[in-house]
Amino acid sequence: MEKSEIIKKVNAVLAEEFEVEESIITPEANIKKTLQLDSLSLVDMVVLIESEFGVKIQPAELVKVQTFEALYDYLAEKL
Amino acid sequence: MKRVVITGMGIWSCLGKSLGEVCESLYNGKSGIVLDPLRKEMGFRSGLTAKVDVPDLKGVLSRSQRAYMPEQAKYAYCATVEALRNARIDQDYLDTHDVGLLYGNDSAVEPAVRAVDTIREKRDTTLCGSGAIFQSMNSTVTMNLGTIFHLRGINLTVSGACASGAHAIGLGALLIQTGLQDMVVCGGAQEVNPFSVGSFDGISAFSVREDAPEKASRPFDRDRDGLVPGGGAATVIIEEYEHAVRRGAPILAEILGYGFSSNGEHISSPNVEGPSKSLRMAIERTGIQIDEIGYINAHATSTHVGDTNEAKAIYNVFGDRKIEVTSTKSQTGHEMWMAGASEIIYSMLMMKNDFIAANLNFENPDEDSAKLLIPNRRVEKHFDTFLSNSFGFGGTNATLVVRNIK
Repeated sequence: MEKSEIIKKVNAVLAEEFEVEESIITPEANIKKTLQLDSLSLVDMVVLIESEFGVKIQPAELVKVQTFEALYDYLAEKL
Repeated sequence: MKRVVITGMGIWSCLGKSLGEVCESLYNGKSGIVLDPLRKEMGFRSGLTAKVDVPDLKGVLSRSQRAYMPEQAKYAYCATVEALRNARIDQDYLDTHDVGLLYGNDSAVEPAVRAVDTIREKRDTTLCGSGAIFQSMNSTVTMNLGTIFHLRGINLTVSGACASGAHAIGLGALLIQTGLQDMVVCGGAQEVNPFSVGSFDGISAFSVREDAPEKASRPFDRDRDGLVPGGGAATVIIEEYEHAVRRGAPILAEILGYGFSSNGEHISSPNVEGPSKSLRMAIERTGIQIDEIGYINAHATSTHVGDTNEAKAIYNVFGDRKIEVTSTKSQTGHEMWMAGASEIIYSMLMMKNDFIAANLNFENPDEDSAKLLIPNRRVEKHFDTFLSNSFGFGGTNATLVVRNIK
């Protein structure tokens, strides 16, 4: 999957699931802050990514995925 | 002992999504029972159920709050919003007082089934998501209501099978009588999804009168063939009398008596002695004369042994006094964990509006129901005191007596 496709899909599914305007999602923005995730809803982000992309973000890797850019890169590497 | 009054009510049921809708349905003898084709596809012996819409709370509660709520917590939320509004309780009041919460609930099957399915399929527990644990615990309703409404008093789920809702109100009343709480949000909630009643269907407890769903729940009728499962949620705000007076609350009625007992016998078949004891205890605690009771809301679920033994228990206690006895389950099906609370509300609506809803489908009495006055048509009648029975698996019994306050 092209990175541009990944970006488009990630932004769309996260905005819909976590009920935020897609326009506030920018590459350098912090995921938890932007989507207002706590430790519980972070689990739901992992579930969503797995169901949409078939990629399970491992807990040890999740700490490194702080920004949307990091998430796009993570998925681009796995897909 | 302090006096306990009802100052607010709210409901989400197959008869309506507000007190007004439910009152109209009761008055008009509307049945909330349907045939669910999905249950037949799933291999159910009976596809009959009450039809209850799951509220859409998007835009009302946050995504996280909704993620922790199974269907019965959503019903309970809506019922509680209505009850608090009617009791004139706002969030500021809840934030500054120690309001308690006792709610009846005795299952949370669907979220547990879905989580286990995920674990089996994916072999990865993370993929159950964040809500599964909170949705699948038996205390899911009280944990959700307690956090959403910021309640700071007692916070406890009461699991007493089909008497859960009645015990929740009765125990709440005891806490207020003894001065431990000034106000308790009480109620009962019941999930309606097929998973939650599949194994209940499996013991042939449900009516199979599928050709006429509205005729399937027929408490006390000679030709009854089992109960119909229902659900939703009902909330009753109970409060210490002087406390209610001080804050200028609408005082609707007084909880005069709470009786309870346990049969100590068979796990599913009730006896006569246990319910009789619960009835007597409730009446004795009221300090009123038995003749003052103007209506009995029976537990009667439309099962053979249950209705027969309750009819015997009522006759044991009331004898030949001709007091109207009806089971609102003829309209709602058996609302189980919710029933003890919803039936207080149904009875309250009737008491406040001077009628007794018809015991639908009571066409022919049997030997025991023939001894009771069971109207199969609506009765226009004023009454000021009623008694409500709730009995459950394991032989748990609860009886509440409530008196009107104008």
